[in-house]
Amino acid sequence: MSQVFILVDHVGGHITKATSELALFGNRIGEVTALIFSNESSPLLEELKTMYVDRAVVIEGINFDSYSAAPVARIVANLISEKSPSAFLVSSTVKGKEVAARAAVLTNSGLITDAIDLTSELVATQSIFGGSTTVHSQVTHGCAIVTLRSNSIEVEATTSNPVVETVVVSVDSFDPSALLDQVISLEATVSGGRPELTEAAIVVSGGRGTNGDFTPVEALADSLGAAVGASRAATDAGWYPHSHQVGQTGKTVSPQLYLACGISGAIQHRAGMQTSKMIIAVNKDAEAPIFDLVDFGVVGDLFAVLPQATAGILSKKS
Amino acid sequence: MKIAVCVKQVPDSWAEKKMAGGLLDRANVDAVLNDLDEYAVEEALRLVEAHSPTGASGEGSGHSITIISMGPDRATEAIRKALSMGADDAILVTDPALSGSDALATSLVLATVIGANDFDLILCGTESTDARMSVIPAMLAQRLGFAQLTFAGSISVVPETSQITIARMTDVGVENMKAKLPAVVSVIEKINEPRYPSFKGIMASKKKTIEVKSLSDLGIDPDTVGMSAAWSEVKDAQARPPRAAGVKVVDDGNGGNALVDFLVEKRVI
Repeated sequence: MSQVFILVDHVGGHITKATSELALFGNRIGEVTALIFSNESSPLLEELKTMYVDRAVVIEGINFDSYSAAPVARIVANLISEKSPSAFLVSSTVKGKEVAARAAVLTNSGLITDAIDLTSELVATQSIFGGSTTVHSQVTHGCAIVTLRSNSIEVEATTSNPVVETVVVSVDSFDPSALLDQVISLEATVSGGRPELTEAAIVVSGGRGTNGDFTPVEALADSLGAAVGASRAATDAGWYPHSHQVGQTGKTVSPQLYLACGISGAIQHRAGMQTSKMIIAVNKDAEAPIFDLVDFGVVGDLFAVLPQATAGILSKKS
Repeated sequence: MKIAVCVKQVPDSWAEKKMAGGLLDRANVDAVLNDLDEYAVEEALRLVEAHSPTGASGEGSGHSITIISMGPDRATEAIRKALSMGADDAILVTDPALSGSDALATSLVLATVIGANDFDLILCGTESTDARMSVIPAMLAQRLGFAQLTFAGSISVVPETSQITIARMTDVGVENMKAKLPAVVSVIEKINEPRYPSFKGIMASKKKTIEVKSLSDLGIDPDTVGMSAAWSEVKDAQARPPRAAGVKVVDDGNGGNALVDFLVEKRVI
């Protein structure tokens, strides 16, 4: 049976939902080996038992968060050369894609990024050109290195009991060229208790129309248990943090429901949300291009429409 | 400081992009300098302005900015824009055998050009607006054995000690990172506001050198690049069917309630 490696992404001591999606895709292809880079792996191994994983390799000894993707990629490449898995699956996060890129160079393997589906035959589906074109492609050389966007597959829980192997590394285990850059300090993004933007089932975004006041957008998001996004106009104006930017140069989201509030729908924004399952927009301008995409649109002032909707949702829920 | 800025010519981001024969149809759309690369060019200019005694690069200043690109002959238009912003010279790798190259081949070509020179700093945009893979900077760092400082929202360099620090802005937050030069740095679009080329800059750019190199000039075997050597292949591509037009209501004082009714109807709540 063919082997598949998945890179476990973890934030704040928890495995991301996107990682369980990787395990599900991996399970279609063969036996899944989860690669965990962490010095505190016990809680992660516990969480792994709800995912489709056959084996786990824990790599510990240095703080991998203190470096760029280089040392992780080096170890992954060694493991790929040693075990010859048919595929290596990674979440499409900033660092995940950098690990994938370096591992592809190191192992002479083909690379496909931002796939939204992957068959047992390793055919990847990508949604490109801002969601206007769907492409099927396949790696033809080496290990198939594929990065997958989150929210690409419905997560189902299982019970597994992966065989665990631990590899201890030290700074001396590495070629010095793998440890050239160092993280001095980290100011972690404060989520405010809301779900992570790329993993959320519902995203409520605000744009120029908020005039800098995101209160109604956040209130609507909270009534729906949604993540908050922002258009480039809003983050450029400093109204909302860059880490919440949805669009060409921000995050690409594909939630069940996307609510665009006071966002005109420029192509840069559409590129980041066009593949959402359902789209709702609230905008004063009846001619705004966002209305071409919507399942439901309200032409009106978001400062009137959003609070009324929020109150309505809260009363339905109570 | 010797700075290289890697740039790509891409279809205008406002233009409709289509596939042709498993590749992006580049012939029938307007081509521009990748928007995100303009921030890298601007940042190079600002670093030189901050560190050069004369505030400028060029002969005798100890500072230079070289634009590096791979693409068809036509890519000189995009390069010319970067030169008109103020970069000193450029190297374009062009060869019929390069058509259809994947990111691995592209990074090999760019790394070969960079490796043949003595650059301190390699600046890139975070991604091209056409392929959007965002992997070239990491691949370059890997191939060159340089430090990787990507997604920089700010950069500071101390040339005397070759120390570079950046604020890396990613999904997890802001990471302050440091390394010794040489380094590959990609910049996000929040880092600066790229200047418009001045008339003087545009005139001066016409006299600047764009060195054109072929694969044989670089000693790269044509069989290792291009579509036939790409390690992934496109099996098929289809235009996504346009979304069916939805319901649009005008708020008459009940727009919010109409939205709630829609969510109930769709079983969201």
